Parts: sequence; C-alpha cells; structure tokens
Amino acid sequence: MGVSPPAALAPAPGSWELTVRSLRCWIVVYRRTWRSSIWSSFLGPLLYLGAMGFGLGSLVDSHGTAALGGVSYLRFLAPAILAIQAMQTAVGESTYPVFGSVKWNKIYIAAQASPLRPADIYRGHLLFNTLRIAMNSAVFLIVMAAFGAARSPEVVLGLPAATLLGLAFAAPIGAWAVTVKEGSSFNYVFRFGMMPLMLFSATFFPLSRLPGWLLPVAYATPLWQGVALCRGLSLGTLTASAAAIHVGYLAALSALGIWAGGRTYRRRLYV
Amino acid sequence: MLRRVPEVLVRARGLTKRFGAFTAVDGIDFDLFRGEAFGFLGPNGAGKSSTMRMIGCVSPPTSGELTILGGDPVRDGVAIRGRLGVVPQEDTLDIELTVRENLLVYGRYFGLPRKLIAERADQLLEFVQLTDRADSKVDPLSGGMKRRLVIARSLVNDPDILILDEPTTGLDPQARHVVWDRLYRLKQRGVTLILTTHYMDEAEQLCDRLVVMDRARIAAAGTPRELIEAYSSPEVLELRFAPEVHEAAAEKIKDLGTERIEATADRIMLYVDDGDEALERVRGTGLEPLASFVRRSTLEDVFLRLTGRRLID
Ligand SMILES: Nc1ncnc2c1ncn2[C@@H]1O[C@H](COP(=O)(O)OP(=O)(O)O)[C@@H](O)[C@H]1O
Ligand SMILES: [Mg+2]
Repeated sequence: MGVSPPAALAPAPGSWELTVRSLRCWIVVYRRTWRSSIWSSFLGPLLYLGAMGFGLGSLVDSHGTAALGGVSYLRFLAPAILAIQAMQTAVGESTYPVFGSVKWNKIYIAAQASPLRPADIYRGHLLFNTLRIAMNSAVFLIVMAAFGAARSPEVVLGLPAATLLGLAFAAPIGAWAVTVKEGSSFNYVFRFGMMPLMLFSATFFPLSRLPGWLLPVAYATPLWQGVALCRGLSLGTLTASAAAIHVGYLAALSALGIWAGGRTYRRRLYV
Repeated sequence: MLRRVPEVLVRARGLTKRFGAFTAVDGIDFDLFRGEAFGFLGPNGAGKSSTMRMIGCVSPPTSGELTILGGDPVRDGVAIRGRLGVVPQEDTLDIELTVRENLLVYGRYFGLPRKLIAERADQLLEFVQLTDRADSKVDPLSGGMKRRLVIARSLVNDPDILILDEPTTGLDPQARHVVWDRLYRLKQRGVTLILTTHYMDEAEQLCDRLVVMDRARIAAAGTPRELIEAYSSPEVLELRFAPEVHEAAAEKIKDLGTERIEATADRIMLYVDDGDEALERVRGTGLEPLASFVRRSTLEDVFLRLTGRRLID
C-alpha cells in the first residue's frame, strides 16, 4: 500500500499569535462574568482607603507624621493599597481560575486540542490576568487622584509599576497553580503568604517600626519592592537607582515565572 | 483501470505509551486512510484514550513511530492540531458561556476570521440540531445535547480527521441514536473518522474498519464482517438453563460436537453455521433449555473469542 504524503502541513503560527488567540477566549469569558467580580475588586481597596486613610489617618496625623516621612497617612497609605490590590488581583486570578481551567470548566483541556501549546495557553491566561491587574490599578489610581492621595504627577507611572508588581505574582503563582492537586492548597497562599506580606511590607506602617533583623526579610519580598516603587512614584521621592532595583527585581521574578510556567503547563497538560 | 492509491492520514508502527512503569499502549500498528471511519473497539482500560491523545498531539509517544497528516506529533503539533477535530471522552464545554459562544471561542483558537466562524457556527448548530438552543447556557443541556455540541465544536475548523473518544458513552439509547445519525451523515460526506468505543453495535454501525484493542495491544484488525468471519461463526445459538443444571448442561453440550462453545455465568453460546439445526441436536440429547434463541454473530462474540472476556462487565 503506497504512502502518499498528504498536502504539506501549513506553517505554524508564531508564539505571539497563539498567545493572543488564548487571550481572546478569556476576554469573551470575562465579558460574560465581569459583573460578579467588579464590586469586590474595586470596593475592597476603596473601603481600605476610606476607613484607614481617612479614619485611622486623622488619628495618626494628629500625633505627627515624621516617621512617615512627613506626609499625611492617607498619602503614605494609598500607594501601598494600590500595590496590595495589584497583588490580590494577581493571586486571585492565578490560583482558582488556573486550577479550575484544568479541573472544572476545563478551558485548558479544550484549548489544548486546538493549535495552542501549553505555553501559549499559559501566556494567554497570564496576559489576561495582567490586563485585569492594569484595569483595577487604573481605576484605583483615578480614585487616588480624586482624593488628593497622590502628591506627585509621577503617580501615573504607578499604573505600569502596579501592573509589573501584579505580573511578578501572577506569573510564578500561575505556573505553580496548574500543578496543584487540591484547590485547598491555595488557602495556605492566602493565609501564610499574602496576609503577612500585606501586613509587613511597609504598607500600613513604615518599616522603621519593625525589629531590625526583619528588615532584610521585608526587602526580599516582592510586595515590599512594589510598595516602595509605587510610594516613591506617588510621593515623587523615587531615585533612579531605587527604581532600577525595584523594577529589576520584579521583572526578574516575572521572567522566572514565565519560564517556569511554560514548563509546568507542558508537564501538566501533555501527559 | 487506475485505482486511486488510498491516502494514509495516520500511520503508527510500534506505537507505545508508558506512564512510569505501566504500559498503556504496547507497540500497536495501524493505518488510517482518508475518507474511512476507523474504530478502536475495546473495554475500559484497553488504552484507547491514550492512543487518541497521542494522535491528538497532546501526549508524546514513549516510543515507536507515529505520523499524522505527514507530520510528527511532537515537532509539528501546532500545524497538525489545526487540522484535527477532537471530541474528548469527557466533555470540555465552558458552562459559563452559551452554546453558540462555545463555538465562537473555539473557532478563534484556530485563527479563523470571526465572520467565517459565525457562519460555520450557525451551520453546525443546525447540523447537530441545537439551533433553538444557540443562546442558552450549556449547563442545563442534556448529556446528548452537550455531546452534540462538542461534536459541532470539533468541526468548526473543517478538520481533515475527526477523532471521537467514546462519542456516546453515558447517553441513553435515544440520545445515542441521534449522535449515531449525525456521525453517519459526516461519514457520508467523506469526513475521515477515528472513533473509540466499547459498544460493539456502535463499532458495527459506524466503522468501515476497526481494531480490537485489549490490554494495551491490538488483538485483531479488519472490517466488522472480516472479523466476524475470521473469529466467529455465521450464527450463534444462545441457551439458558435452570441454574442447578446449567453446568451439567454445558458439559453435555461440549461432548456433543466440534463447534466452539462459550459458557458464561447465565447462558451457553454455541458458535455454529446453522443455529436451528444445532438446537435440534441439543434437544436430541434430552436437554431442554428454559430459553433459546438464534442470532447472528456480533463483534462482541469476536471479542469474547479473542480475549475470553466480555466488552462490558
Ligand atoms: N495519565 C495517566 N497516568 C497513569 N496511568 C494512566 C494515565 N492515563 C491512563 N492511564 C492508564 O492507562 C490505561 C489505559 O487507559 P486509557 O487509555 O484511558 O484506556 P481506555 O480509554 O481504553 O479506557 C488504564 O489502565 C489507565 O488507568
Ligand atoms: Mg477512554
């Protein structure tokens, strides 16, 4: 029996094209479901800003703001909340939605039968999560400006800064989440990862209040890097060298996550 | 007269898949030709899905040779998958989307223009008789409707090969017939089908050629008719006796003639050329079955012959 080769296969599209195809699916799904998530993603940070920035802020400010670098508590806090929101959006979007795409609605399983490769599926989802982080950050920045909670016009750079911070969380966490067997593992991330980071990354009080031995730990965390970056921009105090360190750190963490994600997704999906 | 040389779309030689030390597919050979409906008939755990996943380029073969549409599944996976349609064993529909949106989203994975996908979506929903459900959510659909939707979705890229992993497992008889009818139409249109099943009637109805798969290996290959001729007899006489005489009757019948006999827990089957004549001979020995009937051989008989077991336990 003769083996006549079928018409040559068409050339494969490039990685970027395949990533965008994967992204599109998430946009369609989001158009269907945004209503259920919109309030929690915007309202939470607003409540923090209101209650702590204004409520607690009036108390703090009346005791002097030297430890805060001479700015009002509202202005000290607001960029930290921007950073926290970016982290929360990133972690939220890259845990259960990633896990569920394998186990529940099987978006990944459906997509892998198409031309998309695991790495494209990963990058498309990550790109979508990055857009969500940017969206939430943009809304929060507008509110911040409206409340006079930013001092410097550089605060507009808080958008790419917060987005990069979110990416630095979303990329590695998504890479890990696809390997998780039980969704309950994520509770550890929320409780023992996000919670301490949120409290001890120079967010609600300056690092000078922490015992000295904890400082290197704080400096090593991505949230502190992001808070320092966003605060520096918002207050107009960021030096070029500090900016380079923060951005370099967050970019390196993102790159590491993206590299790992291509591998973990392949291992999980191509058994 | 010149006969067209059949075009080989999938070629496997010594194809093997291991999970750790466990061998799920053990060195199988087959060819899939353009335009045919090719089946993998076998019980649960035979290695059918593992084989389908390798053909679908989502599971790298451990060893052996596998060529799909002239390409290598690992190297050319993107291009090959672009020309496959896949109906996985488990539905992978997005229940947050509507019926139609499921097709639209999926079509975009293949880089098709929006307008073309929309046109095809309408035609495909018509084809699988879901037009009136186009804008409803997926979740409330019945199992048969969901299965039809997955089939419609798998056709959105106008594939060269349609891979169906157990297309009707878990459906009630009526829903199965609707699916069969649609698949039969695709076959008539010349779509190349690969399907797996553990229903012998599904294999007989839909497959031009099939392989019988058992415990990671191919036990036999051919058309349904060839397999029945090679491994079974034209007719089967099935007998039932009261439980207390069942075994004794089986022994007595075994002494009766040269035909093959299978005794299962509740019945005795005689593989014979002429069932009525065989029944007379059984009665001639003084045995009187509680019930008897004569039927044609099926692929189930072939499977029993080849493996000593039944397809569905
Ligand atoms: N990812 C996997 N890891 C380990 N074992 C597997 C995996 N997938 C399938 N198997 C095993 O391989 C065998 C064949 O499975 P499968 O190909 O799904 O059979 P079938 O589709 O014929 O029921 C089964 O024993 C199954 O448990
Ligand atoms: Mg299976």
